[in-house]
Amino acid sequence: MSLTLLNVLAAVIIAIAFVAANAAYLVWAERKGAGFIQRRPGPTENGPWGLLQPPVDGIKLMTKQLLIPGGVDKIIFVIAPVLAMFPSIVSFVTIPFSDTIVAHNINIGLLMIFVFGSMSAMALLMGGWSSRNKYSMISSVRAVSQAVAYEIPMLITAITVVMIAGSLDLMEIVHKQSGGFWHWNIWPFQKGLFNILMPASFLIFFICSLAETNRAPFDLGEAESELVAGYHTEYSSMGFGLFFMGEYANIVIGACLTTILFLGGWDCPFGLLPGVWWFIVKIYILIFTFIWIRWTFPRTTIYSLLNLSWKVLIPISLFNLLLTAGLLKVF
Amino acid sequence: MSEPIVLQPDETFILNVGPQHPATHGVLRVKMTMDGEFIYNAETVIGYIHRMHEKMAENRTYAQYMPNLSRLDYLSAMAYCHGYVLAVEKAASIEVPERAEYIRAITVEMNRISSHLVWFGAFVMDLGGFSPLMYAFDDREQILDLLEAVTGSRLTYCYFRFGGLYNDVDDDFIEGTRRFIKRMRKSLKMYHKLVTTNVILMKRLIGIGPVSVDLCQRYGATGPVARGSGINYDVRRNEPYSVYPEFDFDIPVYNEGDSFARYKVRMEEMEQSLRIIEQGLDKLPDGPVNPEKKPKTIKLPAGDYYTAVEAGRGSFGIRIVSDGDKSPYRLKLRSPTYSNMHLFDEACRGMLIADALAFMGSLDLVIPEMDR
Amino acid sequence: MFRYFNDIFSGLWSLFVGMGITFQEFFKPKITVHYPHESIKMTARYRGHIELIPGEDGQPLCVVCGMCEKACPSNCISIGGEKPEGSKKKVLTSYRLDFTTCSLCGSCVDSCNFGAVRFSREYNLASTRKEDYHYDLLKRLEESKQ
Repeated sequence: MSLTLLNVLAAVIIAIAFVAANAAYLVWAERKGAGFIQRRPGPTENGPWGLLQPPVDGIKLMTKQLLIPGGVDKIIFVIAPVLAMFPSIVSFVTIPFSDTIVAHNINIGLLMIFVFGSMSAMALLMGGWSSRNKYSMISSVRAVSQAVAYEIPMLITAITVVMIAGSLDLMEIVHKQSGGFWHWNIWPFQKGLFNILMPASFLIFFICSLAETNRAPFDLGEAESELVAGYHTEYSSMGFGLFFMGEYANIVIGACLTTILFLGGWDCPFGLLPGVWWFIVKIYILIFTFIWIRWTFPRTTIYSLLNLSWKVLIPISLFNLLLTAGLLKVF
Repeated sequence: MSEPIVLQPDETFILNVGPQHPATHGVLRVKMTMDGEFIYNAETVIGYIHRMHEKMAENRTYAQYMPNLSRLDYLSAMAYCHGYVLAVEKAASIEVPERAEYIRAITVEMNRISSHLVWFGAFVMDLGGFSPLMYAFDDREQILDLLEAVTGSRLTYCYFRFGGLYNDVDDDFIEGTRRFIKRMRKSLKMYHKLVTTNVILMKRLIGIGPVSVDLCQRYGATGPVARGSGINYDVRRNEPYSVYPEFDFDIPVYNEGDSFARYKVRMEEMEQSLRIIEQGLDKLPDGPVNPEKKPKTIKLPAGDYYTAVEAGRGSFGIRIVSDGDKSPYRLKLRSPTYSNMHLFDEACRGMLIADALAFMGSLDLVIPEMDR
Repeated sequence: MFRYFNDIFSGLWSLFVGMGITFQEFFKPKITVHYPHESIKMTARYRGHIELIPGEDGQPLCVVCGMCEKACPSNCISIGGEKPEGSKKKVLTSYRLDFTTCSLCGSCVDSCNFGAVRFSREYNLASTRKEDYHYDLLKRLEESKQ
């Protein structure tokens, strides 16, 4: 085997291990974060600070009976959780963690991540449709319309950044933002361009990643107190476990993408020592914000959610796109 | 292959929000006929927790019936005991010392605040925000600790006796309550910033579940449900009892009739209860808490007696029909939730299911009280 | 048009204010009690199940009048007493409390004219059998004397 093949294999395995470890330990971080916000300790019994809680939960899930209710559409029922987890693991392969750490950099990396992101909407639809349950059907219908509505502003803001950077390659996008935080895409002034709407773009992209991953306040798909558990009501044991871990893997992808597009990737805020640790710090700050938002706000209704997307986010992001295009042409 | 869901000729299906559900507060079953996500018709089925409290009264003496009243509406149990004790005292002409009356009013108002805090936490949790529940329960814990130091129980109080109280309060309670009032005022400001002005919550509640004055009057709704629709009726003001005429407090009334109006009514009621407690503590007279002569067994003279008090959910009425014996011949409990709940069947037509659950939460239902 | 932007900005501001509050709460101390590792001391008036009060000679003050038995709404109490030779007063031989039906109303404590029963402060009472809740209060008094 040649060295490059070994390299690629090692990188892919490391990427998968990173996703799996994150998906497991983000559960712990979420429960601890929720506990601290609500002034209680969160998990403390298993291991110091409850750190052994995810492995113990995993063992519990694996030893439960894998129930397939009678009368469901068996093939679709079994494929749906796999489809929830699989795309996010695959998209990890193209995300650059630093100048040298990337499993396999493609020159259309951004496009590939969006392609795999849209596949997770299919998983929701399949999960809800195949369970022979009125509650699941209602919730998967809601989830699909939400996913479609929020992909549009996400793509438009990503196109804005791509126009500024000039390429779909994720490493190029980060290189264009290097040299300290005043060069990052979130600020209004970079390389002679004074675009006041870039922080708005960052907010829009952040809100869209919240909505795409079905996180509160947009978690109508799960809606725990209304429809029991939504599209994953009928799943038990590892089927549920895969949906659960898939959600957290999607959160990590959303945070990575936001950092790369708007916050300068692995760039140090003062332009001194760029490296993978800045990347990790930034994605974990964003993930903490995801958790923080979930435990603060109530859920929106389906109509306010769709109104927000179609009437607020899309006009603003389109306007920003036109403004950026105009500014790029002029300067 | 599975059978498809059977649709009615007009393409509706029946969704059973069953007795076990996270959002109905208690065991309540609602059979909703739904058209996609809109509710076409709803039928509530009650009686899953009917425990025959009214029948039990016929086999117990008046003093033995006291614990039953706390179990009716366990969240604002003091108001229920207050109503019963007032009814029996009025019928048997027992004099209550003034200190006991003031302490009764203070503890009833504290219980009202704790009941509204549970409503607040559970309501916002139904809408999806999990943290205000914990903050509300922390405040409620202070009230429960204060009341436990005085009465001995945290939830189902059996503190009132005919003619007075079980025991007196001490200075620790008075100081603790004053500290609590300061703390609660700060907490109410925090809830206002965190929850009431939150745009997501406002979009979720404004315009949802409109209840007109006519609907309230037809179903006999009272309490915050009626006051949120513009009916200015509070038993403490319109049919004053006990020592309430001495206190200076406002009755919040809003005219919009939607869920947000009911929400605001309850938040302001908490503030007004704090005012009553403050005035009560300032005016608390010295003296005994029990009358000197108390009859050993109470026998009410024959007749028909009715008393109403303002409980956490509305006007709680108690009617005693006595034939001179030591047990009542008939005891009828008028439950406010029973009248408030049945508005739902008519008002929810055409609503989304998420809005219907928000509407149910804003009605503040406690099912054991409804089923007695 | 102005209202559109006003709505967006005021809505966004309210969200940030809410997030600020939860961020502050994140750093405040925890208010829960880790029950098996820590526990709370009960207040003086806490209502546990009832217990007999011993007099100066260590014997219960109960004179077996039966008022508590009659006053209880749920028939929890059963008393037995006998009159020994040459004495005018009855002596308590058994005092059984069925705690599974007790509602902690306090009628028994109120109705006792001799101050012989009071509420204990027991709260660690979880068990798997109903028989554990049929208390023999005389035996409890004997055990507490040692």
